[in-house]
Amino acid sequence: MPEAMTITEKLLARSAGVDHVKPGEFVTCKLDLVLANDITAPIAIDQFYSMGGKHVFDPEKVALVADHSTPNKDIKSAQMVKQMRDFAREQQMPHFYDIGCGGIEHIILPDFGLVLPGDVVIGADSHTCTYGALGAFSTGVGSSEAGAAMATGEIWFRVPASLKFVVDGSLSQWVGGKDIILYTIGKIGVDGARYRAMEFAGSTIESLPMADRFTICNMAIEAGGKNGVIAPGATVEEFVSSRASRPYEMLSSDDGAEYEEVFEWNAADIEPQVSFPHLPENARGISEVGEIVIDQAVVGACTNGRLEDLRSAAEVLKGRRVAPSVRCIIIPGSQQIHLAAVREGIVETFLEAGCAVSTPTCGPCLGGHMGVLAAGEKAIATTNRNFVGRMGHPDSEVYLANPAIAAASAVAGKICSPDEL
Amino acid sequence: MKVTGKAHRYGDHVDTDAIIPARYLNTTDPDELASHCMEDIDVDFVRKVQSGDMIVAGRNFGCGSSREHAPLAIKAAGVSCVIAASYARIFYRNALNIGLPIVEQPEAVAAIADGDELEVDFAGGVIRDLTSGAQWRFSALSGPAAELIEAGGLVNLTRKKLASRE
Repeated sequence: MPEAMTITEKLLARSAGVDHVKPGEFVTCKLDLVLANDITAPIAIDQFYSMGGKHVFDPEKVALVADHSTPNKDIKSAQMVKQMRDFAREQQMPHFYDIGCGGIEHIILPDFGLVLPGDVVIGADSHTCTYGALGAFSTGVGSSEAGAAMATGEIWFRVPASLKFVVDGSLSQWVGGKDIILYTIGKIGVDGARYRAMEFAGSTIESLPMADRFTICNMAIEAGGKNGVIAPGATVEEFVSSRASRPYEMLSSDDGAEYEEVFEWNAADIEPQVSFPHLPENARGISEVGEIVIDQAVVGACTNGRLEDLRSAAEVLKGRRVAPSVRCIIIPGSQQIHLAAVREGIVETFLEAGCAVSTPTCGPCLGGHMGVLAAGEKAIATTNRNFVGRMGHPDSEVYLANPAIAAASAVAGKICSPDEL
Repeated sequence: MKVTGKAHRYGDHVDTDAIIPARYLNTTDPDELASHCMEDIDVDFVRKVQSGDMIVAGRNFGCGSSREHAPLAIKAAGVSCVIAASYARIFYRNALNIGLPIVEQPEAVAAIADGDELEVDFAGGVIRDLTSGAQWRFSALSGPAAELIEAGGLVNLTRKKLASRE
């Protein structure tokens, strides 16, 4: 009888071609996908050539996404996107996504069926951990490592110990995946899962739709996690079965698998969360926020730019107006999501409410463009980070929340729940 | 190898947006990145830092984004070594990959004052605070990290790996 393993250990063992791994061991894994974006790909491409790379290991298994500074925000960014576009053409890569067909990397890769359960994926973007929601092992790396992996198709890992987060019970209204992950980070801190796998389980997690699962795994990095993961089941099967064009394997943790620590949250204790500046761990329940007047609200990003997120914001904004003192920016996560939002009429809801609706981009999340803050300004955002200067001027502030809270705050002009409107 | 320089002290959770704000990520030029290093938490850093100086920081240094521009900016600013109580994992790998020396030594971090003259002896595994006279040991890297250092960084290591496949 082989020793019990966690899903993370099983994923790494499978990819390394061994029967069993345990935390602390070093493994070399074969990669199912290597990702980079317009900020990280240029260095990766330069390093790929410096390393003597000629052809990527498998053009089908490298994805390049123009999302961070796109539509090109300035001449220098345009050059970087062009370098990536030229490389994709030269290497005849089918998975290069420009504006007009793609969107935000961590939203489109699962939507296009490029990441499947059982995969091991790296990306030159820290939020690559998002794909754990599909039952994949995925983690962020730097550009050089992505460049090396584009050439070799493999990477070394130290097998992480796992932390298990068990959430049970029914969620209250206006509470979703974003609140579960902000609550978790608030409990364990921004380095509480450093170098660890974060496995989410329990009846609450099992009943969550995919969008919420992606949001939870997306922010594992904000607790220092190496990966976030949820054992796939019927919800994942339904999501991937129509998207997959290759076989996949749904794994789960064995009974008796070892966890460094197990945390148990009661879903009923979790109210909508707001993370105060300047760390995601500064999470408070909405009832403890007090009076925070805002200048901007942003709904979007790889964290909360999915159709379900837009629907949630639209539900709050329907028939209401954004406060005159607030700029409300809505950013659909992909071209497909944008189109679906138009067809459902929710883009019309946003426009009538006085929101600015943007083409897909990471833009304001990292203070790049499309909604940069001035000194002294405050924003509520469905993004993932509220570090100093993250959305603009170092003297600006970002408060993290879910789409319904962001939308309600845009209407009220201050941070609040839809129940207070 | 030994390096010496002055300590520039920072706290816990210095994130990569603090090390190099994303508004400057429209370039990959290390010198241009270095000219904005640490700007949002220490606007004077670039003016103060001398070649060989060290960054001394608390827990979880380099948390946040995967941007390799962060260790590149630090290295190009002339920093010879980062000493921190702990590192975020992507930054840690990035620093090893591009050849920015980093040391994890929480006791040293607790004791070193801003402006202290430091010496780091990598072969001997010793940090010396030349101002206070204190010293601390640190352990050598092992596993793939040691292999990376041995090879002189990820570019050299991968070049060898690719050449051996041909």
